[in-house]
Amino acid sequence: MLFHDTALVYGRYLRQSLRSRFALLFGVLMPLLYLLFFGPLLTDLPLGGRGSSWQLLVPGLLLQLGLFGASFAGFSVIIEKGQGVIERMRVTPVSRLALLLGRVLRDATLFVLQAVLLVLAAMAMGLRAPLPGVLIGFAFVALLTVSLGALSYALAMKVDTPQVFGPTINALTMPSMLLSGLLLPMSLGPAWLDALSHLMPFRYLVDAVRDAYAGSYATAHMLYGVLVAVGFSVLAVAVGTRVFRTAGA
Amino acid sequence: MAIISTAGLARTFRTKHGPVEAVRGIDLTVREGEILGFLGPNGAGKTTTLRMLTTLLAPTGGAATVAGCDLAADPAGVRRACGYVAQSGGVDPQTGVREELVTQGRLYRLTRARAAERAEELAQDLGLAGLLDRRCGALSGGQRRRLDIAMALTHRPKVLFLDEPTTGLDPGSRAALWELVRRLRDEHGTTVFLTTHYLDEADALSDRLVIVDRGVVVAEGTPGALKLEYGGSPDASLQDTFLAITGRDATPAEQTPVAV
Repeated sequence: MLFHDTALVYGRYLRQSLRSRFALLFGVLMPLLYLLFFGPLLTDLPLGGRGSSWQLLVPGLLLQLGLFGASFAGFSVIIEKGQGVIERMRVTPVSRLALLLGRVLRDATLFVLQAVLLVLAAMAMGLRAPLPGVLIGFAFVALLTVSLGALSYALAMKVDTPQVFGPTINALTMPSMLLSGLLLPMSLGPAWLDALSHLMPFRYLVDAVRDAYAGSYATAHMLYGVLVAVGFSVLAVAVGTRVFRTAGA
Repeated sequence: MAIISTAGLARTFRTKHGPVEAVRGIDLTVREGEILGFLGPNGAGKTTTLRMLTTLLAPTGGAATVAGCDLAADPAGVRRACGYVAQSGGVDPQTGVREELVTQGRLYRLTRARAAERAEELAQDLGLAGLLDRRCGALSGGQRRRLDIAMALTHRPKVLFLDEPTTGLDPGSRAALWELVRRLRDEHGTTVFLTTHYLDEADALSDRLVIVDRGVVVAEGTPGALKLEYGGSPDASLQDTFLAITGRDATPAEQTPVAV
């Protein structure tokens, strides 16, 4: 039943997203702008990593795409609460967990799709990375999307207005991006900043994807990255499930 | 035979400004096949009661059974037995009418083929047949309301809860909706539990009225009996009766119920 219901909810929201192709393309526009206008600044800088500057930048942009996109996913739930769609579904026997899983899997699908577009564009600009590394990168984007999407939907079930939701998400995502070294490796910074950034789960993800893009798969970064990404998504889905099960707001 | 019965059903919301007792203790019974009008001033606790009876909101006190299923112990059974139309409706304006009806059927665990069939049946039955390929947002207010009801009837529920179903409709659409509600009861024996602000609607449609104020039931009976008891004569208007019951108008003390 969970599988049937999840597939159903997934299908509904995927069709809904595919109807708005404009929003779909707009989602890749921001990372694409970074690629175009920020990427070239890095090509000759000593960034301390192996490989080209693209191998450092693109993993960061991929996770940034997931970070910003998935964190704001909850807006749709706030709109649907106003339309009555959420309650209409919650009076049917549909599994409450499926209402969450169908949505986050839809998000993961869309963001991986956008990530593919982004990597193709980056390759046109000069990125060279091994295929397994690129695929590992997509897996991390998917896990990050599932985690942040689940938390975002949970928050959206709890708050009533976009006026509360928007600023809350902004206040959380902006420091997360800066402190995770998504744009430039944190190892370039002073020790205190590097240490602080280790408190951010995304730091471990971006380090792992950078290793994967450089072709090293059996590293400590990779191990920590996998542990953090999987642990974070389990935790986030657990929180989301709890909220979707009990929400009476 | 009672299809809905509640005992002391209550809901207190915790807010920043302290607890708010939206529903303080509702005792009522609804008989099978009855059209029950659930009336009360704004903020009386009508919608909160409805949301509890449809499993959307957990009660903080009391108990209830709907169609033989206990609200707390068997919410899944309650969901199978009832349909609910919220004040806001519940369709996505960007999605097509057919798609919403089919998805709803699938949410009620119909097979793909059966869900498609059921969508056609409902569209026929509720006068939406020519509209299946439109977007929900392109429907008129009356058509939208009929779609909301069609969605709630997908699984042929025993009990249909309607929260202010005719608010915002023109007189023609309201009359058509009343006809529909009567027909549902007459043809399918559906029990209808509806809230309304319109006293003419309650008068014309309901077999029995339950009037709530400040979270408790303050009066119940047939429209005629209530008029006689509180309005002073069977020819009293329901408006005067309502004002007498909820105490929002000058009335002799002995006619004012204790709870007010």
